[in-house]
Amino acid sequence: MDFAFTDEQKMIQDTAQSFLADVSNSDAIRAAMETELGYDEQIWQRICNELYFHAITIPEEYGGMGLGYVELVAVMEQMGRYLLCSPYFSTVCLATNALLVAANEEQKAIWLPKIMEGTTATLAYTGRNGKWDAEAIQATYEKDGDHYNLNGTLRFVPDGHSADLLIVAARSKGSLGDKDISLFLVPAGTKGVTQTWLPTMDQTKRVGEVSLDSVDVTHDKLLGDEADDWPKLEKIIQLATVAAAAEQMGGTQQILDMTVQYTQERYQFNRPIASFQAVKHQAADMMLRAEVSRSAVYYAACVAQEALSGGALADELPEAASVAKAYCSDAYFSNASDALQLHGGVGFTWEYDVHLYLKRAKSMEHFLGDSTYHREKVASLLLD
Amino acid sequence: MQLSFSPEDEQFREEVASWLQDNLTGEFEKLKFRGGPGDEHMYPEERKVWEQKLADGGWTCVGWPKEYGGRGCSIEQQVIYFEEYARAGAPGRVGHIGEGLAGPTIIAFGTEEQKKKYLPGIVNGTELWCQGYSEPNAGSDLANVKTKAHFDEEKGKWIINGQKVWTSLAHESEYVFVIARTDPESVAHKGLGFFLLEMDQPKIEVRPIQQITGTHEFNEVFFDDAQCGADGIIGNPGDGWKVAMGLLGFERGVSTLGQQMLFQNELDEIISIARENGAAENPVIRQRIADAHIGLKIMRYNSMRMLSGSEDGSLHKEALIYKLYWATWHRDLGKLAMDVLGEEAEMLESAPYNLTRLQSMYLFVRSDTIYGGTNEIQRNIIAERGLGMPKEPKVQIK
Ligand SMILES: Cc1cc2nc3c(=O)[nH]c(=O)nc-3n(C[C@H](O)[C@H](O)[C@H](O)COP(=O)(O)OP(=O)(O)OC[C@H]3O[C@@H](n4cnc5c(N)ncnc54)[C@H](O)[C@@H]3O)c2cc1C
Repeated sequence: MDFAFTDEQKMIQDTAQSFLADVSNSDAIRAAMETELGYDEQIWQRICNELYFHAITIPEEYGGMGLGYVELVAVMEQMGRYLLCSPYFSTVCLATNALLVAANEEQKAIWLPKIMEGTTATLAYTGRNGKWDAEAIQATYEKDGDHYNLNGTLRFVPDGHSADLLIVAARSKGSLGDKDISLFLVPAGTKGVTQTWLPTMDQTKRVGEVSLDSVDVTHDKLLGDEADDWPKLEKIIQLATVAAAAEQMGGTQQILDMTVQYTQERYQFNRPIASFQAVKHQAADMMLRAEVSRSAVYYAACVAQEALSGGALADELPEAASVAKAYCSDAYFSNASDALQLHGGVGFTWEYDVHLYLKRAKSMEHFLGDSTYHREKVASLLLD
Repeated sequence: MQLSFSPEDEQFREEVASWLQDNLTGEFEKLKFRGGPGDEHMYPEERKVWEQKLADGGWTCVGWPKEYGGRGCSIEQQVIYFEEYARAGAPGRVGHIGEGLAGPTIIAFGTEEQKKKYLPGIVNGTELWCQGYSEPNAGSDLANVKTKAHFDEEKGKWIINGQKVWTSLAHESEYVFVIARTDPESVAHKGLGFFLLEMDQPKIEVRPIQQITGTHEFNEVFFDDAQCGADGIIGNPGDGWKVAMGLLGFERGVSTLGQQMLFQNELDEIISIARENGAAENPVIRQRIADAHIGLKIMRYNSMRMLSGSEDGSLHKEALIYKLYWATWHRDLGKLAMDVLGEEAEMLESAPYNLTRLQSMYLFVRSDTIYGGTNEIQRNIIAERGLGMPKEPKVQIK
């Protein structure tokens, strides 16, 4: 057993860290927040052309780096830490995973190279009901010869307003639960597709609404097998959940570091406020949360890797993803909350970055299911 | 112990409720449920007009003695007034700092001339006040204020120099009360004075600070040879701390009571959303909603105890825990609101950053555990004053 990064993984992490510290500073984040697109295209281009972070899990035969989920998680952690505004999560952690898990060879050969070139993509599966599992799928498809007709509204879609390629989950009309679910490749601009921005409290991320009004797609756009895609989609969601937890963990650590620094610089009563035990104890609890999050995420990353490559731990993915997301969701919000408290009045201002983390923590807490949802998943693995 | 209100009090309740029903109409309709904490930027001008409407009806400063323009209401009636005010959804009071803080301080510590000069504008709703305590280096350590005041014999005026920060509503106010050092050699609590200044003077500059909600309620205020008359000091030079602390007593008292009804409104809204969106079926959410309700009920009982015992003005133990209790409860309520909404919690009313009422509540409650003494400072006060535990030794750490 060696539950630690290899030198190569460490190098990827360091590269991500120094790149993001540079390009995703407070000014850059705020500039991106102002735009409807929600990110700086130049940074995205640099990620795709210089750093190849988007290529980590794409096999070499499609032009990718052919690395694993641990490397991906190492990068996601840094993106969370620096609140990178980017279509990375949607393109890589959702859509690329979907292609890796569900696409046939031909589809991979078309779409993975496009992702390599910087095409943005996302997964759209949730409807209006606020659910995150199969029940969330409310869009419908009807088969007509070798065409499919798609209808419905998908909400909370990461970068759904701007992605070049949408991977849409729909169910056959009238079906329920996890039955009769299919995935479709729907390029932006397809007739009947409308993509709109939904402005959100967390401005460092973008979500959109995708509406499908009698969208006609041909058979080659069906991803995987008709009506039988739920197990694959579930796996895609679990993989994304691990990446989301990594992002949360990065933020959990960063907001702690910011707080340790601030409380040492801030003097009240002739001493740094960090010298008060009431402050130290909160910081110690924050560190505990960050370290526990890290253990949960790195373990889940190894499991995710085996789930993709077919290793012995593959079956643990549902549990490991929920363990990580349940813990990290609460940990991030608690750390952001304590950080704001320990910053006092300045923590409440727009100018300081603390609120950006508080807001990211909240949006990531709900996204892909909050801790209550994931604890219930674990409970049902244990009890049902 | 006697829990019900007297028939006279119930009649008073009727009176308040029906006045509000008759008057919170027409041009004021749109102010309903607006302008509270976190929402102060909404309709400030219209709410100033409303303030005067209240004054015309005799509904400002109801707890003040009649001789100073108040209604001389008993504690019970003040509770009733605040409850009905919030129940009706009447807007956040732009005049609350004058009515709740500045006025009572002037009544308690001011001279008759000062009362004549400053109180009428508060009662008739035309003069708004703000509180100039905190400074960049005097937050939790309030006694560390560096703003200075000296008396210019020639001009016959007090001259104020320094900077305040986090001054809520300074941009809307006619007056500010300030604690400043009258003895430049002094440190900590000694050598302070309590001053009343007109805001409209060239030597005071107000700079807005944008807050977490994207809106602006508080400010930096710079005093560069700002002035007030010889009668602009409450008490004597050196009395500032005593006066300021007396005022914090008012802050913890009756003026916080109306907020419980606002809390009730918020909880009601959360409950109705939970029923609508199915969150009410989630066992964890059920527990949390029940817990919020229990917390709010007991908050009310605690303040009933607190107000019953406060005739002598001293702080009892149930009063010592009150700020920590309600602030923490309210902060949790904000989180509950977002969790009941689930992913929909993220959706703004509109771009660029127009928050829904619950979003703005959720973000604003982050400050409840900071202003007016942070949770950590409250715990120190409880342990030291409530439990008699030893004070943190004074040390200087570089
Ligand atoms: C929305 C809002 C409105 C406000 N309105 C006004 C106003 O109108 N007028 C006005 O004068 N002020 C106002 N304030 C200021 C407020 O009173 C101060 O923010 C508060 O006293 C805390 O001071 P600080 O911000 O400097 O934080 P700091 O004192 O720097 O505190 C930072 C952290 O250190 C902790 N800490 C400090 N000392 C200790 C200790 N001894 N032991 C343990 N922990 C400690 C604090 O609890 C906090 O967590 C407002 C603040 C806010 C947020």
